[in-house]
Amino acid sequence: MSEAFEGGRLPAAYMNPGMSSFTEFLSAVHPDLLPNWRDLPQASGAHNLTPDATTIVALTFSGGVLLAGDRRATSGNVIANRDMEKLFRADEFSAVAIAGAAGIGIELARLYQVELEHYEKRESRPLSLEGKANRLANMLRGNLGLAMQGFVVVPLLVGYDEARDIGRIFSYDPVGGRYEEQRYHSIGSGSVFAKGSLKKLFTDDLTEEQAVQAAVQALYDAAEDDSATGGPDLHRKIYPLVDIVTEEGYRRLPTDEVARVAETVVAGRAERPDGPNAPLA
Amino acid sequence: MPFYVSPEQSMKDKADYARKGIARGRSAVVLQYDGGILLVADNMSRTLHKISELYDRVAFAAVGRGNEFENLRLGGVRYADAHGYAYDRRDVTGRMLANAYAQTLGTVFSESNKPWEVEIVVAEVGDDADSDQIYRITFDGSVADEKGLVGMGGSAEAVTNALKERFDPAAPLSEALSAAMYALSHEQHERRELDAANLEVAILERAREHRKFRRIRGARLERLIEEARAADSSASSGSEGSSNGNGAESGA
Repeated sequence: MSEAFEGGRLPAAYMNPGMSSFTEFLSAVHPDLLPNWRDLPQASGAHNLTPDATTIVALTFSGGVLLAGDRRATSGNVIANRDMEKLFRADEFSAVAIAGAAGIGIELARLYQVELEHYEKRESRPLSLEGKANRLANMLRGNLGLAMQGFVVVPLLVGYDEARDIGRIFSYDPVGGRYEEQRYHSIGSGSVFAKGSLKKLFTDDLTEEQAVQAAVQALYDAAEDDSATGGPDLHRKIYPLVDIVTEEGYRRLPTDEVARVAETVVAGRAERPDGPNAPLA
Repeated sequence: MPFYVSPEQSMKDKADYARKGIARGRSAVVLQYDGGILLVADNMSRTLHKISELYDRVAFAAVGRGNEFENLRLGGVRYADAHGYAYDRRDVTGRMLANAYAQTLGTVFSESNKPWEVEIVVAEVGDDADSDQIYRITFDGSVADEKGLVGMGGSAEAVTNALKERFDPAAPLSEALSAAMYALSHEQHERRELDAANLEVAILERAREHRKFRRIRGARLERLIEEARAADSSASSGSEGSSNGNGAESGA
């Protein structure tokens, strides 16, 4: 921990009320802990410094919202990681996933977790869902310098809005633009294929179980057409991560539950490789 | 103003000043119970807290001047979050926070004109009762590692003695709260009747995942006080085995 800890006591900066943001506090007192270094030299060979994390899907369902992601991270043509965790519990009623530069994305997610918890401890109440979404946008804007160097990270935020009793989805762009998505969304290199799949599978009255199935189908379709997205690995038992947020709070689906759904999906593909057929009219 | 004041006199004056300031306020107690650590303060406000969460396993309780201990609370939360972020969540301990507070208060006491009229407890719940820690930090920066219980504030001595009468580290939550309420009712010169409206209650629950700190308020607090009073009356009527209310398990 840097400077100004003379004699072990809390420096004055720690005790000034100031803002409730942990990130802003760090940038004033411990900028070395933050993942945005302003004076990076211009370089073009940056691509393989950190692997790329890929496809994430989010769906609302009756009772909440779901977030799911595949497990593959790639560095060019090499699979850098086959069991990467791209989903993170942000707080009791929200979860965030990242696509793009993995190293930076993980750091961003970690910082975001502390940011939300810090606010809650300071103010004795959690941020509103809108506030959480805005904070993430702001933090992402701080990463713009790195993004322009090629380290692009985009998160996908889902949360349960206790005020409105619904699940909500927020997507972002590297500049920090924040967009609320309705019904479902996907990000990452396989997102085009996942979205196409969800377009046919999604309905407005899915149960939680059905939402999980739809998500796993969509990720499977993304893995079939995008080399950077990984499908379920039945041999190693590596399955997509699935997080659910409802009024009960955040929950990560246990591996064996996702395994059951994945095995059913794969078995279904043996019958019809393109997956479930949507009626023409 | 005198031209010269001896250091002993100056220190003694500051200490008296701080003690008087703290003595004007209400009291608080921190004690072990079978499921972790219970913190109870005599506090009329529902929103201005004397007991707060610092980190996953660490809680903060204070008596004395509000704006001064609020600054310390903020500093502690920031310190804990920054340290846990820079290293890992498991690397944040009650001891490091207690030391940081001790150094801060010690410096304030020695170097500034007015000492801070505060007394603080930093409590850390461990994996078992033996590794629980309760630190008391006084206005002059002294740290004490307390065993099992602490009473502080306006009538610290009376409250602590009363608490010792009823303290049992293996008691269930309702009995521990009963002991705390009994202790806090021994405010100097008055027997106070305490209820949900003037009690601030929180626990560090050993069995809880991740963040162990939990405030007990509203309907849940009223139920727990009922159980505490029932435990109290069954104990005093001499019946075997007090009611086993387990307030810690009640729903959110």
